[in-house]
Amino acid sequence: MNFRLSEEHEMIRKMVRDFAENEVAPTAAERDEEERFDMDIFVKMAELGLTGIPWPEEYGGIGSDYLAYCIAVEELSRVCASTGVTLSAHTSLACWPLFKFGTEEQKQKYLRPMAEGSKIGAYGLTEPGSGSDAGGMRTTARLVGAHYILNGSKIFITNGGIADFYIVFALTNPNDKRSTTAFIIEKDFEGFAVGKKEKKTRDTFFTNY
Amino acid sequence: MRFQFTEEQLMMRNMVRDFAEKEIAPFVEKMEAGEFPREVLKKMGPLGLMGITVPEKYGGSEMDFTSYIIAIHEISKVSATLGVILSVHTSVGTNPIVYFGTEEQKQKFVSKLASGEYLGAFSLTEPNAGSDAANIKTRATRVDEHYRLNGTKAFVSNGGEADLYIVFAVTDPSAGSRGVTAFIVEKDTPGLIIGKDEKKMGLHGSRTVQLTFEDAPVPVENRLGEEGEGFKIALSNLNIGRIGIAAQALGIAEAAFEVAVKYAGERKQFGKPIAEQQGIAFKLSDMATAVESSRLLVYQAADLWGKGIPCAKEASMAKLFASKTAVEVATEALQVFGGYGYTKDYPVERYFRDAKITEIYEGTSEIQRIVIAKHLLK
Repeated sequence: MNFRLSEEHEMIRKMVRDFAENEVAPTAAERDEEERFDMDIFVKMAELGLTGIPWPEEYGGIGSDYLAYCIAVEELSRVCASTGVTLSAHTSLACWPLFKFGTEEQKQKYLRPMAEGSKIGAYGLTEPGSGSDAGGMRTTARLVGAHYILNGSKIFITNGGIADFYIVFALTNPNDKRSTTAFIIEKDFEGFAVGKKEKKTRDTFFTNY
Repeated sequence: MRFQFTEEQLMMRNMVRDFAEKEIAPFVEKMEAGEFPREVLKKMGPLGLMGITVPEKYGGSEMDFTSYIIAIHEISKVSATLGVILSVHTSVGTNPIVYFGTEEQKQKFVSKLASGEYLGAFSLTEPNAGSDAANIKTRATRVDEHYRLNGTKAFVSNGGEADLYIVFAVTDPSAGSRGVTAFIVEKDTPGLIIGKDEKKMGLHGSRTVQLTFEDAPVPVENRLGEEGEGFKIALSNLNIGRIGIAAQALGIAEAAFEVAVKYAGERKQFGKPIAEQQGIAFKLSDMATAVESSRLLVYQAADLWGKGIPCAKEASMAKLFASKTAVEVATEALQVFGGYGYTKDYPVERYFRDAKITEIYEGTSEIQRIVIAKHLLK
């Protein structure tokens, strides 16, 4: 057993801590008060490789591991929980599904820019009528020719409104809750609209895309 | 970071589990009736379990500290009584001589302790000096080639059964804690009187006695370390003792948790197992999480100690949390069993009775908090 970080991980921890103390902490209270997301911070995280920690270099990541990623989230959250969750939603919720289930084309098109930090990711599962009961979702995806037409609304999307890509879940058969299917939505897709900003996050509406 | 045992440690774990199941479990009833498990201890010696960390040259198994903690943990799961007997024997009954003894003392005593021929014990606490250990009053007066010991000690685990006691007495009353000296007192020392056997709530089968010294002569060659070094010796062994008790507490908690999960899956009320009631399922989840957290704290402390990394804070955290968990988990486990939990037909009431002392001995939870706070505020 070994309960101490390796030298490499200790270096990552120190690097993120320094970044957090110098670049994130000074504005943490004010950004929280103003409910403001600061793109500059995200850009700086990207420059340090923090936006793609566990992904291989071939997909734009730095080829490190989940432990390093957890260390980064811990150190960021220590000074600013909002920054921590921004990174964790981007990495765990938006990037991971692509890494695990995406085709090569999807990985190059979507995972790479998110890992490099030039794009931000988000995840749309929860709806007004389905939180813990995720299977009770109502958003539908109807296959028409070469497209799916999505209809419905999602709420409580972390990074919603600032994200470029959203992993969204919808039922391809409205009568079968096991027909849940995942989609990659780009913010500029037709019919996709960002709605009401919640006290802490934004929710998102999809209409007739 | 690595959270798995090595192959060697896994072998120790499997061997101890096997032994516990075959040789300890059948003796539990007798221990509950008050019988000291001498028979079981005899079988542990040949397996190397009585000197796990003792160097081979003194007859020990020279295994790493984590392996020793694994043994305490797994034994305590079956019998907390045997867990404490072993922990006291090794952590505070044998180790002081290994670390502070002269070569002659090591040759004379350690191999007998490591083989299990001798059982060790440790005697610091007095009726008026528990947490306030520096306030002990037992006196050791030098007379020619002996020290004469006078005084009373309380709550000596393995007392009355041990072949030797590491005893702490005052050689210089004007020097406070720096006037305390450690001695190896052998069982047949004249004037060493085994006193009252405590009637305890739990840990039945483990003997806890009062010791009285009436002009008891202890040869100079049995002094452990120099005069005035006693407190240093006592404190240095505290961490090992704490981690050992934390492992005992972990064993108790795990045992209680496992029987509760099994029972909840079998006992049906309102047409279904009670485990399907959220109230019970939530309880079990909380218990599982607490046990897992305990396990990580215990093995972290063990790992640090074994590597020689200072770990007083981690040892105290392990002891504090694992003992709290043992009490909480055993209490909730008894609750899961309902009325049957209150009877002796099921082992859970024994876990409940055994758990409490882990918050008290080898440093109360209050003392552990003081130790941790000192480290936080450094």
